[in-house]
Amino acid sequence: MATDIGINRSSLTKGDTSAPGDTRTAADDLDPGVLAGLDALDIPTAQSRPLAGRAWAAAWPKIGALVVFLLVWQLVVWSGWKPTYVLPGPVSALREFGSRLGTGHFWDALVRTIVRALKGYALAVVIGGVVGLAVARFTVLRTAIGSFITSLQTMPSVVWFPLAILLFKLSESAILFVVILGAAPSIANGVIYGVDYVPPLLVRVGRSMGARGFSLYRYVVAPAALPSVLAGLKQGWAFSWRSLMAGELLVIVPGHPSIGADLQNSRELLDAVGVMASMITIFFIGVVVDAAFNAADRQLRARRGLVAEGNSAVRAAQRGRSRNTAAPGSAEATAAGYPPAGPGAIGHDGGGANGGGEAGQS
Amino acid sequence: MTAVLPDTALRIDGVSRFFGTGAAQVQALDNVSLDVRSGEFLCLLGASGCGKSTLLGLIAGLDAPSTGTVDTAGRRTGMMFQDSALLPWLTAGGNVEVPLRLRGIRRAERRARVDELLSMVRLAGMADRRPHELSGGMRQRVSLARAFAQEADILCMDEPFGALDAMTRDLLHDELERIWRQTGVTVIFVTHDVREAVRLGDRIVLLSSRPGRVAEVFDVDIDRPRRIDSTQVAELATRVTTRLREEVGRHGH
Repeated sequence: MATDIGINRSSLTKGDTSAPGDTRTAADDLDPGVLAGLDALDIPTAQSRPLAGRAWAAAWPKIGALVVFLLVWQLVVWSGWKPTYVLPGPVSALREFGSRLGTGHFWDALVRTIVRALKGYALAVVIGGVVGLAVARFTVLRTAIGSFITSLQTMPSVVWFPLAILLFKLSESAILFVVILGAAPSIANGVIYGVDYVPPLLVRVGRSMGARGFSLYRYVVAPAALPSVLAGLKQGWAFSWRSLMAGELLVIVPGHPSIGADLQNSRELLDAVGVMASMITIFFIGVVVDAAFNAADRQLRARRGLVAEGNSAVRAAQRGRSRNTAAPGSAEATAAGYPPAGPGAIGHDGGGANGGGEAGQS
Repeated sequence: MTAVLPDTALRIDGVSRFFGTGAAQVQALDNVSLDVRSGEFLCLLGASGCGKSTLLGLIAGLDAPSTGTVDTAGRRTGMMFQDSALLPWLTAGGNVEVPLRLRGIRRAERRARVDELLSMVRLAGMADRRPHELSGGMRQRVSLARAFAQEADILCMDEPFGALDAMTRDLLHDELERIWRQTGVTVIFVTHDVREAVRLGDRIVLLSSRPGRVAEVFDVDIDRPRRIDSTQVAELATRVTTRLREEVGRHGH
């Protein structure tokens, strides 16, 4: 019986689409026009700026901040607070950095450091992801280790090194061990919070559509948790990068050049310019990774109708005040749709100018 | 109603639903029995705490009764919520597509079906819009198309137009009536708005509150298409409202 009805209905529906408005109700004759008119009036209007304008708007605060930073650095050097062999100026540091770019040693060290970072991070993502999912899913596990994960996250990763060195000696494994321990708890927490904060209504919707078990995770829970997972991934990266740098300073594996080892060597040789050049390298990697995470986050929020930049709610409100008639919907939507930055929230530095991410890593 | 099939689409028999245990136990539904004809438009009406949403959840299979049975004889149920509850990371078309993907329908067929369903709710060409780019009324129509993508024989609607302005609501009543007539789907429509129930329903089931019981059943013998501001609708609405007030008044003592 049920299938009969189903087939019958879908053929009726097909008939409808080929010839809309052919039925007998008076409402049908009236509706399309009124409804279409209402639709046209109702659709929120989007305002967008040309690409070049947006690129410039995103770039100039960063350039400005960099110029100010270099200027302050130079002023401190000029003030004679420290002799230049201890605190060199930006020009000599950048010159040294530039000349290193031409050496094979620099690229060896850079590649080794990045491979270590990626390997440790990838393993942390897998371990943190699995643990996070398990804790989010099973109440017993949550009671057992839920709070441990957060305590683990707050532990400075440097304190793991004595144990790591005892366990693995001065080896790649010791570094990897600490990088994973540093990053995995943040990633696990991102997953746990993400799953916890999936709106119950969406779960109901998924279930009403027939999604159960894996398909419910696939179609509803995972995408709904994605923003929080991304926040966890970003924080996890920051922790793993910090752990790696600490590790490379402490665990120097003979014959394995790395950025951290270079930094440590420069210090031992009282090569202040070398120290600065290494730090510029570390800073650049941080900037690049942060930009990648921010781009992913911005796209995610744009797709879901959340604001593209943290301060655009403020700007929309200001626009409304100055013109007095600006689209009220946009300001309201932005204000309502943009969640306050919680623990591990990303995107508060969406504009990138305040460099919160970079500061956190150094 | 001319084209009513004689069979029963849904039989609710002696259904009670308790929440919690011991002293904190709350009874949401008390011995509710109801037969719904195939192709019928049934409105569940009641004040707060009458368990209408609970009953709808039982019909949609999202929840199980404490006692009694809900028998849909293998018919599929679809659900539509007050909040359009569209998945915000998907486009309008993507949302309509989810039930089709869950049923394992192939891509080409899915595309065609999505277009068809969006045309049905007069949103052809809006497939690539994201929920935040649509108005409230349009989101509800996408939600309606998504409910139909479940190929449901019984469509459960939980105050679907509650959050809309009067004009949009009025137009969506016309749309829903048109689609209901064309598809022959059985509709269980929950509302607390008496006029809306009279405007849409073949029958109105008035539920009492705390616990929810069937207080009275009204047959709506008003020719379609109806207008929400017609005198016939207003007259019956007045009768139903009087009865509803009686029910609510019993809780004031």
